[in-house]
Amino acid sequence: MYNRRDFIKITSLGLGSAALATTFFDSTTASIFASQIDSTIKFSQTPTYCEVCFWKCAGWVTKNEEGEIWKVEGHKDDPHCNGRLCPRGTGGVGMYHDEDRLKKPLMRVEKDGKQTYVEVSWDEALDFIANKMTEIKEKYGPESMALFTHGSGGKFLGHLMKSYGSPHITAPSFAQCRGPREVAFYSTFGEGVYSPERTDIRDTRCLVLIGSHIGENMHNGQVQEMSEAIEKGATIITVDPRFSTAASKSKHWLPIKPATDLALLLAWTHVIINEGWYDKEYVEKYCFGFDQLKAHVQQYTPEWAYGVTTLEPKQIIETAREMAKAAPAVIVHPGRHVTWYGDDTQRLRAVAILNALLGSWGRRGGFYFPDKISIPSYPHPEYPKATKSYLDAMKGKYNLASEVISNGLCEVTVPSPERDWNIKGWIVNGTNLIHTLPDQKKTMEAIQSLELMVAIDTMPMEITGYADVVLPECTYLERYDAIRNSPHRDPVICLRMPAVEPKYDSKPDWWIAKELGEKLGLKEYFQYKDIEEMLDWQLKKVGSSLKEMQKIGVKTFKRKFDDLYLIDGQDFEFNTSTGKIELYSTELAAEGFDPLPSFTEHKQPPAGFYRLNYGRAPVHTFSRTANNPNLSAIMKENDLWVNPKVAKQWGLKNGQYVWLKNQDDIVSTFSIKVRVTERIRWDSVYMVHGFGHSEKNLSRAFGKGASDTELISNVKVDPIMGGTGMRENFVTFLTEDPKPKEEV
Amino acid sequence: MRYAMAIDTKKCVGCNDCVVACQIENKVPEGFCRDWVVEAVSGTYPNLELEYRSERCHHCANAPCVRCCPTGSSHIVEGGIVLVDHDKCIGCGACIASCPYDARYPHPDGYVDKCTFCIHKVRKGEQPACVSVCPTNCLYFGDLDDPNSEVSKKIKERKYKRLKTEAGTDPQLYFLI
Ligand code: SF4
Ligand code: SF4
Ligand code: SF4
Repeated sequence: MYNRRDFIKITSLGLGSAALATTFFDSTTASIFASQIDSTIKFSQTPTYCEVCFWKCAGWVTKNEEGEIWKVEGHKDDPHCNGRLCPRGTGGVGMYHDEDRLKKPLMRVEKDGKQTYVEVSWDEALDFIANKMTEIKEKYGPESMALFTHGSGGKFLGHLMKSYGSPHITAPSFAQCRGPREVAFYSTFGEGVYSPERTDIRDTRCLVLIGSHIGENMHNGQVQEMSEAIEKGATIITVDPRFSTAASKSKHWLPIKPATDLALLLAWTHVIINEGWYDKEYVEKYCFGFDQLKAHVQQYTPEWAYGVTTLEPKQIIETAREMAKAAPAVIVHPGRHVTWYGDDTQRLRAVAILNALLGSWGRRGGFYFPDKISIPSYPHPEYPKATKSYLDAMKGKYNLASEVISNGLCEVTVPSPERDWNIKGWIVNGTNLIHTLPDQKKTMEAIQSLELMVAIDTMPMEITGYADVVLPECTYLERYDAIRNSPHRDPVICLRMPAVEPKYDSKPDWWIAKELGEKLGLKEYFQYKDIEEMLDWQLKKVGSSLKEMQKIGVKTFKRKFDDLYLIDGQDFEFNTSTGKIELYSTELAAEGFDPLPSFTEHKQPPAGFYRLNYGRAPVHTFSRTANNPNLSAIMKENDLWVNPKVAKQWGLKNGQYVWLKNQDDIVSTFSIKVRVTERIRWDSVYMVHGFGHSEKNLSRAFGKGASDTELISNVKVDPIMGGTGMRENFVTFLTEDPKPKEEV
Repeated sequence: MRYAMAIDTKKCVGCNDCVVACQIENKVPEGFCRDWVVEAVSGTYPNLELEYRSERCHHCANAPCVRCCPTGSSHIVEGGIVLVDHDKCIGCGACIASCPYDARYPHPDGYVDKCTFCIHKVRKGEQPACVSVCPTNCLYFGDLDDPNSEVSKKIKERKYKRLKTEAGTDPQLYFLI
């Protein structure tokens, strides 16, 4: 079925050889070191912000004697990192040095009945894309193009898409990660948690982690603050079926039965209300729906929760007491990557409610009110109005999704008799959708239905092998990007500038977007000569300049108001329809959903199967870093955590390789090393996400470890915001290679 | 002057940033390391304990590697830092065998290599690479002879252990517990 667009191994073509390694920009384009950099300043160190994960820590790039990038170190003035990068950020230089990088624009052609790539010039590649996009616009409307993006470059490509006329810009970070929590917190507090999280961990007295393994998910500033909190003697309560790193640092570890977190949250709520441990003044003044909540949670006693979660009532009460004692300097952490069982928005509502009862929202040691400055966009004409939205095809569902749902766009790409329209073209930037979206079958179907697929990336990834055109993006160390302007305790901005010219024939996204925009006849949307002109214009509007930022890298502004926390007794109007913190959500009720979270039971694994839990390791992010030479040196493959009892039952030995088969008979392409450990329950197994790459040109990552994503075929979609619940998959072990290996 | 390092196992999250930073700073060849992180688990589910230890050369006050080195390339410099003179080292590996902590590795260029406490940075008044990068701020480096140094203070305030003291090496890594 999938022959329209074969997967092409990028190795198979005589690719740009080492001789290309020093190719700078060709003459048709401007150097990225344009005249505006004052050449009298010696940039032994250039400012940047990290692109290995979304935390975007600011840092300094140092070059070695040969003028090559040597190391990146944290920027002292940046609250995201406080002068210390995480291991991925430190190893970020590996992205630059990786010899497997994409080097030249590639185009899919058919040769002797076989599809292959040929190297083309940027001009040819962009002409081809512009022609196709024009055709799609004329035939189906501009809304038929979609952009999947992750990372800083998405700003420019997003601008291109909006100028072209499509609202279909999506990042898997919403529907595959933090979306449920944003929707839950919006519906409760009228505001989201944002990124970086507005959690006041450094001043907290009690940090509750439920399904959040801070330390293994190396969200730098947050890990640093947790460490500070530990030093100051804060109580940590960790709920996790696995003895995570955070669990090992906790006063209370609650080894919960997987998939029952909501039961515990509701039981905690029950205890805190019934014992009168909630913040009465706060609830009285700011909250809406307390009586309904109180009545609703009466059923959720600790004794009831015992039966569901396997946690003893005594433990549930004791931990609730700890939270109340610390309140309001307590954080029931909202987590990240919260798409588990399809009732995730409701679970996160329970988290939000608990925080509200404890009065932690807007309080020191709880959740602060972040601030940021506003940077105007470079003047451009108004964007054309889109007339179609993918949501039209969703039968009125997901109205509360505050961002575009990536899996929704994927769904609307596959032609269906019920729809008169579907998406025809994708630009995929910096997100390896094959390893990012669950249900790979659907992703493949969507890809096969496309008339145009463009992949922009620094590395050959599984997704790039399906593109019609592959564009080599330069790494973050070789380019300018948009000003980082994220909300924090004080408004802070930072600059990324190129430390060196891009290697090979790679280009930054701002350049790709502008060139493509011009070829699409959208010149008036790109009225700057280059990004330096644009950044300088923007920076001058906020009282800085490109020149200043090149020297200092990070600039902190004063908050306009002293409103990091609520002042005792302060009147405050929340951005909800009642103007209050909605324990009872009028918004959810209006959409026909439960206004108060209720427990729903989730399937437990059948005999011989184990729940597939996956998570993060500090040295890797997403599925993007497995080939990084510095990071793969530390961790080159993932392993499968198996409880000793289970190992014994199956005769599994530490270090042995097994294949995994899930409940839908999907077998992992590669085998994975067993790690027999007490740190996991007997009803689940655990692996780190992002391994098991089948792209051979990833010379370090190819075939190393197994991919969790390929085993996630049972996807529970959150009815409220369309997120993909990915924790309802069960696996069993195959000790022998189950299939004669085809060439992968 | 007596350089030493204190490592707070209560704060370390085993992230390996210290290892990555060391490899980049000191151009450690792929496949080798000067520092590493040990994960020690004890107990059975759910009564478990876990300790992460960022380890490296202990810069032993009584260093067997120095005593056994036939060429004198392993030697002790200011502040008790144990170094290997690459030019004098013949790569015989006697020191590798004698080190109770497995702190040394044979560099592919024919000499033996290990942690130097980043002496090139320390001499400039900077911190070793692992210390300055650690996101949890759980590594402390400094002069034990100075009662006001952070290391001295930590060792005074906190309980600590040293590894394999029975080997008589007098190691200078202090693990705060
Ligand atoms: S947390 Fe780590 S990977 Fe993420 S931006 Fe910061 S240094 Fe980079
Ligand atoms: S960098 Fe710090 S927290 Fe990370 S493993 Fe090393 S010592 Fe531990
Ligand atoms: S730890 Fe090993 S290499 Fe380091 S000084 Fe002691 S014996 Fe020598």
